[in-house]
Amino acid sequence: MEDVAIKVENVSKIFRLPHEKTSSVKSVFVNFYRRQKGYELQSALKDVSFEIKKGEFFGIVGRNGSGKSTLLKLLAGIYVPSKGQVHVRGNLTPFIELGVGFNPELTGRENVYLNGALLGFNRKEMDAMYSDIVSFAELGKFMDQKLKNYSSGMQVRLAFSIAIRAQSDILLIDEVLAVGDAAFQQKCYDYFQEIKNSSKTVIFVSHDMDAVKRFCTRCLFLDDGQVQRVGGPNEIADTYVRSNNQKMLKEIKRNKNGRRFEIKTLNAHGKPNDSFEYEEEMTVRLSWDPRKSSGVKNVGVAIFKETEYVFGSNTIGRGLELDNESSLKISLNLNAGKYRIVAGLFGNDDKQVIDFESNGPEFIINPAKDSKTQWAGLTKLQHKWGSR
Amino acid sequence: MRHYFSKKNRALLAELVRTDFKLRYQGSVLGYAWSLLRPLFIFVILYVVFVKFIKLGTDVPHYPIYLLLGIVIWNFFSEMTVQSLSSIVGRGDLIRKIRIPRWIIVLSSSISALINLFLNLLVVVVFLFLNHVDLLRTTLWLPLILFEVYAFALGLSLFLSAAFVKFRDINYIWEVVLQAGFYLTPILYPLTKITNVTFQKLIMINPMAQSIQDARYATVTQSEKVITAHRLFQGGWYEYIPFIIVLLALVSGVYYFRKESKYFAENI
Repeated sequence: MEDVAIKVENVSKIFRLPHEKTSSVKSVFVNFYRRQKGYELQSALKDVSFEIKKGEFFGIVGRNGSGKSTLLKLLAGIYVPSKGQVHVRGNLTPFIELGVGFNPELTGRENVYLNGALLGFNRKEMDAMYSDIVSFAELGKFMDQKLKNYSSGMQVRLAFSIAIRAQSDILLIDEVLAVGDAAFQQKCYDYFQEIKNSSKTVIFVSHDMDAVKRFCTRCLFLDDGQVQRVGGPNEIADTYVRSNNQKMLKEIKRNKNGRRFEIKTLNAHGKPNDSFEYEEEMTVRLSWDPRKSSGVKNVGVAIFKETEYVFGSNTIGRGLELDNESSLKISLNLNAGKYRIVAGLFGNDDKQVIDFESNGPEFIINPAKDSKTQWAGLTKLQHKWGSR
Repeated sequence: MRHYFSKKNRALLAELVRTDFKLRYQGSVLGYAWSLLRPLFIFVILYVVFVKFIKLGTDVPHYPIYLLLGIVIWNFFSEMTVQSLSSIVGRGDLIRKIRIPRWIIVLSSSISALINLFLNLLVVVVFLFLNHVDLLRTTLWLPLILFEVYAFALGLSLFLSAAFVKFRDINYIWEVVLQAGFYLTPILYPLTKITNVTFQKLIMINPMAQSIQDARYATVTQSEKVITAHRLFQGGWYEYIPFIIVLLALVSGVYYFRKESKYFAENI
């Protein structure tokens, strides 16, 4: 028991969602009088139980709407469970998102102090760490400007610099990596590595399976408000991706109107072909029956190597007439191996799938003459060696 | 109790009050001076209309100060309850995403109002000197009387702010209640203007009427024209009704707020 940081026992959370917004006194009286239920019950979490040990980097993965954020808010004490109990040993960061409580009308400096207060630091303590925070955020020149004049990247940097000062034993991190540029993400990763090596407990919610695999020591897969599985990060990440793909396929199948469209790979002479040389030109031709697949506004073609997404492109904004056919020319500067075409016909946006083929024709690329000896990898990037 | 005023909570409370003050007069030229100018202007208008034109309170000594003190106390009560009412909903972003004691938000807006009250009381003191009002020993009671007003306003604030999360009509209702309260409390007129003793008694049951009259009696004038609850009820147990109301408001406000605050994050 000593080494348990968080214990969640049979927790359920049920929300009352009003049908019509019953936030006026009149509607309460009216509904009371008519004995009507003005709301509908939605259970966001169903009988969730798990334990997190001290020092673990614990990942929570799941699709949107699976109850991840609700779970995190329950752990943070922002929500109270409808049933069950949450036990927390040690103090826990009170926030689940960066930049909570930032006020756009205040200056950067004032916001630092306000945010620090939300973490429980008084002015004296904030004075001591102020310059560190500013230099970490690289915002020295901007601290006396109002926050509303900051770019979103600057705001995130500032928020992150303050958040990492929190001296909690248990940290809650929800999708921080979704914002910020590559340099900022690197800073986040460095920080994660640092806390991973410390004795702190981290609960990490993310859609980014690479980050999950890289940092987490154990993971929980949440689906439809229920714990599907708890296990190692690789196992859970794979389960998550597989279940995600299945759900996507189901959605695509629902959208399908029976007949498939045709995908052909052609060589430079317009002949069907499935074996290409390095840097040879390939044409992918899609053709469909406009009576069966009507309203095609956008066509997409992608190349996969097993599960790796190698390349993809679509026709959005290219002003093409898409009557019943479309073709894409690709110069195959890909290393030897077996590749697969994935293609789809879409309506106005890519959520409106008219037809989709995730298992398209395969083709082979023969080894380039200089590969293996002079270069390796998936593709040959432009490069140049020098002597110094 | 120590847990409630831990270092963390004190730091947060101080920062919230500071933010409130910074934001309130942002972009205005006179800034904080408005905290004083606003009640002064209201006082001048009421003074001109009710004292100079309508000739109210000619028989009460130092009537202008008597009027000013009443307005200042009432303003505090109305400002505190109105600001607190929307404080929880106004800080919805915090409540949905961070675990901080919810009552701190209401307390911080009540402290902003308290600071304003003290600034306004300074103005009252200046007027007291300018009018050569004798300093009364009973002035020592004033802090206690103001504490009663604060407790009453705090109980109502807790109740209103929690109720506003669920029922967004509350602010309109409260506006009307305050307007009615302003006229049903003897702020502009001396209570002697109402000749029916039963009505006088009904009015004096209101803690605001009782506390404003007591404050005037304690600091401005002890003339028999100032009817206090004690004088009116002649020592009967009725004179404690205002205090019982204050206590009830505070207890039920705290109770309701505690019960509801668990669900603020999902109801906002």
